[in-house]
Amino acid sequence: MTKKRTGVFVCHCGSNIAATVDVAAVAAAMAGEESVVCARDYVYMCSDPGQNSVIQAIKDNQLDSVVVSCCSPNLHEKTFRENAKAAGLNDFTCEIANIREQCSWVHKDRAKATAKAIRISLSAVKRVSRNLALEPIGIGVTRRVLVVGGGIAGIQASLDLANSGFEVVLVEKNATIGGHMIQLSETFPTLDCSQCILSPKMVEITRHPKITLMTSSEVQEVTGYVGNFRAKILKKATYVDPDKCKICDDCAKVCPVVVPNQYDLGISARRAIYIPFAQAIPASYTLDESSCLGLNPVVCGKCKDVCEAGAIDYDMQSRTVTEEIGAIVVATGFDLYSQDHLGEYGHLENAVDGLQFERMCSASGPTKGKVLRPSDHKEPKDVVFIQCVGSRDPARHCSYCSKICCMYTAKHARLYKHHVPDGRAYVFYIDIRSGGKGYEEFVQRTMEDDETLYLRGRVSKIYEDNGKIRVYGNDTLSGQNVEIEADMVVLALAMQPSAGTAEIAKTLKIGRDKDGFLQEAHPKLRPVESVTAGIFLAGAAQGPKDIPETVSQASAAAAKVVTLLSQPRLIRSPTVARVRSRLCTGCEMCVDACPYDAIHLENGKAVVNDVLCEGCGTCSATCVRAAIEVKNATPLQIQEMIGAVLSL
Amino acid sequence: MHEQQQQQTQYEPKIVAFLCKWCSSAGSDLAGVSRIQYPANATPITVMCSGSVSPQYILSAFNKGADGVLVSGCHIGDCHYMEGNYYARRKLYMVSELLQFIGVEPERFRMSWVSAAEGTKYAKVVRDFVEDLRHLGPQDKLKAQRP
Ligand SMILES: Cc1cc2nc3c(=O)[nH]c(=O)nc-3n(C[C@H](O)[C@H](O)[C@H](O)COP(=O)(O)OP(=O)(O)OC[C@H]3O[C@@H](n4cnc5c(N)ncnc54)[C@H](O)[C@@H]3O)c2cc1C
Repeated sequence: MTKKRTGVFVCHCGSNIAATVDVAAVAAAMAGEESVVCARDYVYMCSDPGQNSVIQAIKDNQLDSVVVSCCSPNLHEKTFRENAKAAGLNDFTCEIANIREQCSWVHKDRAKATAKAIRISLSAVKRVSRNLALEPIGIGVTRRVLVVGGGIAGIQASLDLANSGFEVVLVEKNATIGGHMIQLSETFPTLDCSQCILSPKMVEITRHPKITLMTSSEVQEVTGYVGNFRAKILKKATYVDPDKCKICDDCAKVCPVVVPNQYDLGISARRAIYIPFAQAIPASYTLDESSCLGLNPVVCGKCKDVCEAGAIDYDMQSRTVTEEIGAIVVATGFDLYSQDHLGEYGHLENAVDGLQFERMCSASGPTKGKVLRPSDHKEPKDVVFIQCVGSRDPARHCSYCSKICCMYTAKHARLYKHHVPDGRAYVFYIDIRSGGKGYEEFVQRTMEDDETLYLRGRVSKIYEDNGKIRVYGNDTLSGQNVEIEADMVVLALAMQPSAGTAEIAKTLKIGRDKDGFLQEAHPKLRPVESVTAGIFLAGAAQGPKDIPETVSQASAAAAKVVTLLSQPRLIRSPTVARVRSRLCTGCEMCVDACPYDAIHLENGKAVVNDVLCEGCGTCSATCVRAAIEVKNATPLQIQEMIGAVLSL
Repeated sequence: MHEQQQQQTQYEPKIVAFLCKWCSSAGSDLAGVSRIQYPANATPITVMCSGSVSPQYILSAFNKGADGVLVSGCHIGDCHYMEGNYYARRKLYMVSELLQFIGVEPERFRMSWVSAAEGTKYAKVVRDFVEDLRHLGPQDKLKAQRP
């Protein structure tokens, strides 16, 4: 091998690195390496002058490779590879040594941190000296998008994408789209009616020529990679043809089965054949197989008999549809924390959750907009609203703040007072978090105009007593103990990732955070991307958020998809596996190990399909003859890196 | 006694830490962003997947003087490459058997599953590992004897 000419650039990152790591010593140590012809340090390598100095040094010293010792490659690998390119080198001749996140920020002992920074930098020097110049692999793009989840997030993303000219497949597991927003009565901070603002968008989804809506459907499997995914979607039988259904309600009138209606959270009842609510999209009845007497005209068959449109088909089968798409938006939303976890708070007859309260307040809801307590359908005169139920309680429940409950509790108290002007509303809170346009003013109006009594403190005891609920607490502002005899309690339960989030994350190979929400690629700079290229996140599935924030994120995700799919060709990393044919015996161990079916045998030797290969290296670790290796992460390179890491 | 104690405080175990890019390296980045402190004994080598860590790398690390080797990947079932960490687990289980067979304390080789959200866990894995290695003392069974 001809002698390498590597340059090493050590960044101070202001004092972020330099305070703990002796950057000059790192540069000096690298200068002592045979392959290193230039090593220097600078206060901010990523600044304009910093980058220019890298470019200039490459030219001045005829460098053929570059190591930048700085922050995580996630932040500036791209920056410095661009610099290498600008100076006439191949991008892959630049490597990052992470001496900030993995060194200076986690150690205090200067001598030890400096030694470690030297080891990390040296291993990058070793690695880069054997890097090959590689050209990116260009691939075609499928200009269609899969959106998973039909809440406001999925609806907004689908409409934005379809209006940008892309075909969209929107998959919703329930019988209708709308998500939780369609269950809400009025929405803060303006108190406009939720259905009034959402229904037109739902209708637009069914009318839009570019959108294929699949309700009662689930994504079962996703294969492929950015620009070229293939999804298998299970479309469950609903036994009613939505194109024929005239939503006349004749079928439900004769159905003998009565079960709780989930859409009203059990406050109302429905039949086995039902429409979730009048504005449901698709506008069709659906037959709930689990409660139907038997999908069999011999057993019952009443609904089929009365359906004049002939929309009911007991023989309808679930089927699997395969869709080719280029990108995916995941908008699977949230669920409320279950009352099962609450102990004494849980499942008191006259304690409802926030969504049940929304249904009660809704003019089209089961109580026709009247606030009535569940036990006796009487109007409650003393209502206690409890915030942070299940939130901000790391010892027993969720440690995070669910973010929206301060606002919707204020809204609930106001709605209650508007419905029951002579009623008394009490709110137990820990803190009021009302950041947002018009939010603080909204809470103030709840307190002042609508005379809601805010009590700062957690509830200490709560139990049912003679048709009332006794609520004990301590108002930490006045230092007084409070005891309220309430007719009804409304619990602001924590927001959780929706049931099934773990499964969909697994299917899509995207991560979840410590609380189970979908993990964004970077909390600040890439908030709507997942770590997997081509998969984007929107709405409450990524973390608690209200409607304005959900819509913003959904539009942002759609914009990201447009950026991606507007490219004529996509670029894939060329760090894929290659076979050293001379050594290959055709044992097929790598063929079996490859998770992507990217390897096959040709004339008794393994051959890699560069487009399918993801460069994971499982093949290389499986081959007993070192006949297959990943470009720029070869066994030889790793061995030399191990040597470097153990050199001091 | 005094001398022995001094020797113990001087002994700094050397650890090679193979971290997968998607989970564990990201998790260790998170430890950094959150400024969670841990000992500087483990030097990371970021690989694409824990499944790419060949048994040879581990043996060679011991041969080159490592007192401990860590391989850390995504949680089982969460592998960015679908099943790479299953391969890692199988292969590396074999390595630990082999190490025991040739008389290297099994505590010197460790696998962990650290997700991108588990900065705290990464710090703890390293902290515990260093602590355990301090008790074991230097590894010389597989270390190449330099003349
Ligand atoms: C009591 C209460 C009151 C609220 N009041 C307000 C308010 O006044 N103002 C405001 O701004 N915000 C309010 N919010 C917040 C608002 O409800 C959310 O911001 C919004 O619903 C989030 O939308 P989303 O689309 O992300 O999730 P969701 O509404 O949860 O929709 C997710 C959709 O995805 C579907 N889905 C889930 N998993 C899958 C899967 N695997 N495959 C296919 N489909 C799937 C679900 O069935 C659902 O249709 C309130 C919330 C609550 C709980």
